[in-house]
Amino acid sequence: MIKAIKPATVPLRFSLPIGGVAGTSFKPEHLAAMLEAGPQAGFFEVHAENYMGAGGPPHRALETIRRDHPLSLHGVCMSIGGPQPLDKAHLARFRSLVARYQPALVSEHLAWSTHETSFFNDLLPLPYTEATLACVCDHIEQVQEAIRRPLLLENPSTYVTFRESAMSETDFIRAVVARTGCGLLLDINNVFVSATNHGFSALDYLADFPLGHVGEIHLAGHAEQTDDDGNLLLIDSHDGPVADAVWKLFEIIVTRRGPVPTLIEWDSNIPDWPVLREEAAAAQNILDRCKPAASAEDRRAA
Amino acid sequence: MQPEADPGFAAAFAPGLLDPAREVPSAVAGLNGKPAGRRYDVYRNNVTVSLVDALAAIYPAVQRITGTDFFRAMARVHVRSTPPTSPLLFDYGRNFPDFVETYQHARDLPWLGDVARIERAWLDAYHAADAPPLSPAQLSAIAPDQLSHLVFLPHPAAQIVLSQYSAVTIFAANRDSAPAARIDASAPEDALITRPGFDVAVRHLPPGGAVFAAYLMCGQTLGAAAANAFFASAEFDIAANIAGLIDAGAFTSIAFGDAE
Repeated sequence: MIKAIKPATVPLRFSLPIGGVAGTSFKPEHLAAMLEAGPQAGFFEVHAENYMGAGGPPHRALETIRRDHPLSLHGVCMSIGGPQPLDKAHLARFRSLVARYQPALVSEHLAWSTHETSFFNDLLPLPYTEATLACVCDHIEQVQEAIRRPLLLENPSTYVTFRESAMSETDFIRAVVARTGCGLLLDINNVFVSATNHGFSALDYLADFPLGHVGEIHLAGHAEQTDDDGNLLLIDSHDGPVADAVWKLFEIIVTRRGPVPTLIEWDSNIPDWPVLREEAAAAQNILDRCKPAASAEDRRAA
Repeated sequence: MQPEADPGFAAAFAPGLLDPAREVPSAVAGLNGKPAGRRYDVYRNNVTVSLVDALAAIYPAVQRITGTDFFRAMARVHVRSTPPTSPLLFDYGRNFPDFVETYQHARDLPWLGDVARIERAWLDAYHAADAPPLSPAQLSAIAPDQLSHLVFLPHPAAQIVLSQYSAVTIFAANRDSAPAARIDASAPEDALITRPGFDVAVRHLPPGGAVFAAYLMCGQTLGAAAANAFFASAEFDIAANIAGLIDAGAFTSIAFGDAE
């Protein structure tokens, strides 16, 4: 039974927007080490679905974290890219979490995960056509109406392409932004993974990407496999440190775009907290170093 | 604007995800328009492994008892036949205990389904709504001649699991990493699962206790619950049972039920 969610009882102690700070995925196993280390400069991102239970330790942990840190609420299961209507109950739960925790950032994926009644727990790809564009825009508008704020939409990592696709991913994403007013979560690892898998240039993709609408960046590790022909196939595994090539692309983007909240995603083979914190420190270093080059753009945006 | 999405792409992509016998869909391609082949298999693998992982996270004692390889093979069969219908994975696996009981390779472990039921109840208690439990002082304020008319509001986390086997002992011995001692599996043990604060507790209910607790938790009066518990077991001890249930945090409040 889902009851009406109470407004957050803890006052916000940080100002919005959060600017060019680095954050990490929040993992409950890190909570004790994090609390011992005291408040950090960064923000924490959680997968929304893990906090959709009625009560218990997950909510207690999140209340503790948000007392001293900005939160990023990252939805994984809305199935925005799927052809069927959004799950109204799931949308209501998402809205309740946004209302309760007042996250600094709210994001979802350009992907789908539910078909008919089955939930596949993966970010599945979609073709880029006028029909899917209309459907994705309609879904994003429903989400934005529910949460009363713009959503940041994340670009996917993919292993296949659809034969029926009639436009590029960046054209598709630009059209979504133009029609819905949503922001973007630029996952640079996803760009690198997809570029490698489909044989295009990550830099060309990023040159086409509407960087001015990017409200958050994701960095993560990937794994290497091969396809049937022996071509390198990168897997968006989130199970290790960020690759050197992805750091390089990040520097280029920060220099071009200016500092943006940047998350280190690490979701399996999770290391001890200091290791994750060091990855975030490396991202912060780049964000700080590239600041002067971006200040002019910041003033324009303001 | 009314979108007219062609549902075809998802209908083409989805069926093979949990069915390895199906052909790779021709709607998707690899490099230069070649068949997707192993690239599609990445999605198959992601879906299956992540859902097996989800069951392993919900049922760690079952996995410890069977061993990882046995568990993952068993879970894979279940994932393929019964994928989740909700995006909330902590809600997944409600049919898994029944499945475990009918899984032919687990027939030598007839109590495994009940251990799974306790683990499923454990996770439900973990995520249940928070509520302060009933304090013993509230009960002691009731006049003795009124006690039999009392009804108890169950705590959102409180659940009962019945077992013809030593399910509570087996569960407890396999939820931590300590080496398990030899267990006589044949002593029936009913479980009470509660979470009065932030720690889930699993207790073994005394004789008649499960009947007593079940009647109270579905809103029957103390008098009716006690009568049924005595009927179920001559050993039933009402004072010890009511104290045990309150101590475990099974209730949030009391009220007067029937006004006989």
